[in-house]
Amino acid sequence: MSEYGFGLVNVVTFLLLALLFVFATLLFGRFVRPRRPALEKNSVYECGERPIGKAWFNFNPRFYIIALIFVAFDVEIAFTFPVAAVFSAWVQSGRAIFAYAELAAFLVILIVGLAYVWRKGDLDWLKRLDHDIEALEAKGEHGIPPDKH
Amino acid sequence: MEYLLTNTEWFLNWGRKSSIWYLLFASACCGIELMQAGGPRTDLDRFGAVPRATPRQADLLIVAGTITYKMAERVRLLYEQMAEPRYVIAMGSCANCGGLFQGSYSVLKGVDKIVPVDIYLPGCPPRPEALADAILKLQQKMSEEKWLRNLRA
Repeated sequence: MSEYGFGLVNVVTFLLLALLFVFATLLFGRFVRPRRPALEKNSVYECGERPIGKAWFNFNPRFYIIALIFVAFDVEIAFTFPVAAVFSAWVQSGRAIFAYAELAAFLVILIVGLAYVWRKGDLDWLKRLDHDIEALEAKGEHGIPPDKH
Repeated sequence: MEYLLTNTEWFLNWGRKSSIWYLLFASACCGIELMQAGGPRTDLDRFGAVPRATPRQADLLIVAGTITYKMAERVRLLYEQMAEPRYVIAMGSCANCGGLFQGSYSVLKGVDKIVPVDIYLPGCPPRPEALADAILKLQQKMSEEKWLRNLRA
């Protein structure tokens, strides 16, 4: 057998032993451990609280969206202040138009983003889930035009 | 047969007492001492005792601190959610008997009113060394258990 073939045998033996060890210990534990399922033991662990209802429903993602929008403002502050700090020096050296145009372009991009989330209604704190809107539409008493959601 | 049982029990108990995983649970100032006991000076890790964030993996519930009636329900549920064999250390006077707040309308007068306690650890709060001693006492208790012979216990 070649040197490489022998090396592969080592690897395969190692893999098999690893698998055997995992399943053998789990199986061993199956025989020696006590097993006493109970209603409270099987209940969901919520840090000692008793869970209310089911976990499988639509969560309102308002905090997530607000956090994402915050990133736009955060980046705006982080990049605008350094420019403001050196702006007078750039004015004195005659490059004011360049710095101003660059900053304006940057801000316009961010403002477009803000306009987008505003138009989408992501800045509204009170949101309704899709099935709420459908239910309201079915009753004919929705406040949102059909083309806007 | 007796010899085999004894040696198997010794081996299994040795494994159990060398890996006492305790639940991350603290309700008052004893919790600060509990954190110190897990830190580098007292180092509960050298007994194989490491904190776990879920009762499913924990063997030991250290009730560190005052338990109010409102919290008692939670403590009981956490104890129920731990897998057997499970142990409880009542750490500090409050967990033992209500301690300083015994006269309060809202404080549980001893955690042994709601869960079975294995080790009572006095002190207000006990030093980390005292908690290490409690762990050693618990190891002693574990190593003497003959649970293979009465599986129903």
